[in-house]
Amino acid sequence: MVLDFVKPSPLGTSWGLGGTCVNVGCIPKKLMHQAALLGQALKDSRKFGWEYEEQVKHNWETMTEAIQNHICSLNWGYRVTLREKSVTYANSYGEFVEHHKIKATNRKGQETFYTAGKFVIATGERPRYLGIPGDKEYCITSDDLFSLPYCPGKTLVVGASYVALECAGFLAGIGLNVTVMVRSILLRGFDQEIAEKIGAYMELNGVKFLRKYIPVKIQLLEEGTPGRLKVVAQSTEGSETVEEEYNTVLLAIGRDSCTRKMGLEKVGVKINEKTGKIPVNDEEQTNVPYIYAIGDVLEDKPELTPVAIRAGKLLARRLFGGRLEKCDYINVPTTVFTPLEYGCCGLSEEKAMELYKKDNIEVYHTFFWPLEWTVAGREDNTCFGKIICNKRDDNRVIGFHVLGPSAGEVTQGFAAAMKCGLTKQLLDDTIGIHPTCGEIFTTMEITKSSGLTISQKGC
Amino acid sequence: MAGGNEYDLLVIGGGSGGLACAKEAADFGKKVAIMDYVVPSPRGTSWGLGGTCVNVGCIPKKLMHQAALLGGALEDAHHYGWDVAPSAPHNWQQMATAVQNHIKSLNWGHRVQLQERNVKYFNIHGSFVDDHTVRGFTKAGKETLVTADHIVLATGGRPRYPEDVEGAKEYGITSDDLFWLKKSPGKTLVVGASYVSLECAGFLTGFGLDTTVMMRSIPLRGFDQQMALLVTDYMESHGTKFLKYCTMRKLEKFEDQRLQVTWHNHEVGREETGVFDTVMWAVGRVPETRHLNLEKVGVTLHPDSQKILVSASEATSVAHIYAIGDITEGRPELTPTAIMAGKLLARRLFGHSAELMDYDNVATTVFTPLEYGCVGLSEEEAERRYGQEGIEVYHAYYKPLEFTVTERDSSQCYIKMVCLRGEDQRILGLHFLGPNAGEVIQGFALGIKCGATYSQMKKTVGIHPTSAEEVTKLWITKRSGLPATVTGC
Repeated sequence: MVLDFVKPSPLGTSWGLGGTCVNVGCIPKKLMHQAALLGQALKDSRKFGWEYEEQVKHNWETMTEAIQNHICSLNWGYRVTLREKSVTYANSYGEFVEHHKIKATNRKGQETFYTAGKFVIATGERPRYLGIPGDKEYCITSDDLFSLPYCPGKTLVVGASYVALECAGFLAGIGLNVTVMVRSILLRGFDQEIAEKIGAYMELNGVKFLRKYIPVKIQLLEEGTPGRLKVVAQSTEGSETVEEEYNTVLLAIGRDSCTRKMGLEKVGVKINEKTGKIPVNDEEQTNVPYIYAIGDVLEDKPELTPVAIRAGKLLARRLFGGRLEKCDYINVPTTVFTPLEYGCCGLSEEKAMELYKKDNIEVYHTFFWPLEWTVAGREDNTCFGKIICNKRDDNRVIGFHVLGPSAGEVTQGFAAAMKCGLTKQLLDDTIGIHPTCGEIFTTMEITKSSGLTISQKGC
Repeated sequence: MAGGNEYDLLVIGGGSGGLACAKEAADFGKKVAIMDYVVPSPRGTSWGLGGTCVNVGCIPKKLMHQAALLGGALEDAHHYGWDVAPSAPHNWQQMATAVQNHIKSLNWGHRVQLQERNVKYFNIHGSFVDDHTVRGFTKAGKETLVTADHIVLATGGRPRYPEDVEGAKEYGITSDDLFWLKKSPGKTLVVGASYVSLECAGFLTGFGLDTTVMMRSIPLRGFDQQMALLVTDYMESHGTKFLKYCTMRKLEKFEDQRLQVTWHNHEVGREETGVFDTVMWAVGRVPETRHLNLEKVGVTLHPDSQKILVSASEATSVAHIYAIGDITEGRPELTPTAIMAGKLLARRLFGHSAELMDYDNVATTVFTPLEYGCVGLSEEEAERRYGQEGIEVYHAYYKPLEFTVTERDSSQCYIKMVCLRGEDQRILGLHFLGPNAGEVIQGFALGIKCGATYSQMKKTVGIHPTSAEEVTKLWITKRSGLPATVTGC
């Protein structure tokens, strides 16, 4: 049996079966990112001989309708798959009432009780609010953005997470006036050299950044679709404040686990009181033997769809299929779909230095200029690749980073190679595919320690 | 005569392999000279330093492919909310000028790199006088003699013209000319089933040109045939016409400059004709060995291909003469292999290295409208080596997320992984048909270099949402007979 229930966002947004990824995450995000990339492609295409009028406008409603239609087909697809596999599905909110028993409440408030031998908690997370006046009333989050029935207009994105930067990126890409308000650093937890490059690229391409500020008050100036909001922000370094008017304020300051109101205390499941996350052992088991947890609710695990899918499948196989395989959380690759995409697998440079010490690692790096960018007249010495090797272990690749087009496609194979113990020597021995972006990793020669310059030349 | 030669190394051929070898040798402090000369095509097309890849190969090909893809993007943009007409006219001249300008900047870049390393560059057409002496004449007719201890031949290849077709040379063009055309080729017939043929026909179709491919038999000989057919299926359902099982008879020109083409259609057993603005031959390439005077010094060639026979260390039948790149027998005709062969050769000659080239599992990509990237063995070759019972083939038809909103046809988006059967399940070959195929395959090629197995692939977590992640999710075998269409999210 599967219980799925979406508590509407403060602004009333809700959605169907499939979770964050399908409805308010990966899928709509990548499609909107694609819309923005197509805007860039339109500009490039003129340099490649395509002739059409200069000023091309973007229609928000056309885009969101197309995206929502696709999402609905996915929701439907999931319903069908569950039916085909005879999985009972209830669109109800589940809470533990006692051991092995839950109460499921549907939209109409009707309660039904179910018992089961085993339980898996996979309730994920929802966006966090600031806790300042006006935040819940007037701000939207990623929960609302992807189905917003009107163009958000001039937007302030609060936050420096990948959610913040990806959203700011595609909103600017479709022609909107976008500002990102950042309290301290960008993309905390990610390689900081690359995080700064991502920010720099966005700034160069029209996204404004307000660094070291936090909002303290949001006021409604005028209702509308979109309306007008006044944001008052405070500097983190002094008493300065700034005020600015926006049509939309999008909060992307983090996500909170949906573990607080499901009766976990009734059955004794321990959670991290501060974060709400559930600690589990390497078999995804909580401290209560018959209750398991997977996905974004887990403590210290990557918050990614493929990880959750893998963990879920392997868990089911262990519980009911007599299998032993555990989920391998090491070297999980990921990609940030900012205007300049960032794919990575393994350690950031900072983490590598912390774990292995500077003398034991070698960092190879290079800029590259994708061939497609040449004729398009796009920036050279911007796309970037970096690998971090462990000198004490045969120059094993412990960190892979690529900043450039199709970063996800590039990174995937390298992640597989890292799983097979990729070393620098193997990279050097491998012949690249020409002309591609990925091939640069087979010809990287310059180390950071050498101090040599890294601009890339021709064929 | 060894010793007393003017140069440590003379490289004949300034393409991918030649330049890499010359530069690497110069980096070891050696005195290096390089000769590069482009015999104009029958049409009169010529170009600068850099070889096939830079001037009439990879680079202009990928740029024109990109131009065609951007035309597709225009159509897609419409679905994603961009207020633009779903199609727009394409200006060949503007694109060609931009591409040619970029190529010229690369020619220039190579000249500079040679200069920076004090490599002497001769723009002359060289041939052997004796085994350490090469003579050439400049365009002005001045004779130059160059002597060197070691000589590397890297003269590459040029497109073949059919011997038995009347009018072939007079009226047809090749890839040598296509990328330098000042005017649009118009309604084009591309003859051949090579990747050159399909890639060119692909982008010409993308520009809205009426394009036909004439094939004698199978497409992409030497490549996995299931994949090759998916490539041509996609092209056929996206506007490229195909004349299958046809062979050319003759080309004639009308007064209005259009071409009358006559061919034999083997399927129906009769002659047919058609009218085209341009006919482009893409029926293979011939090695540039004829003008070198190799018989004089005893460098042996393969009797059929006329390519130079080399050992594992790139040595020819003459001790101090070597050969690399497209001119060598039994090697992949690819820029990155030529570059690496050139570098390693220089290191062995001057850098006390013993490292030989590994030509196994070289990844490549065919940049047709739907791209095909592959590494390792085709399914046919794997079956030949291990038997059908000895291999396990995992496969999937997938749909790139970006195709959903645009309702693009993804029937040919397909992935196939050929593994050894049994516990190990080592990956023998990986084949990917879809957008950004080159980017997808590159990292997996590394995995295969590491001896990757199917189970290691399965342990790799996918990046979502991408097309590449579908490789890590492969689970349906051909043997099971299950339908192989997978859904993404």
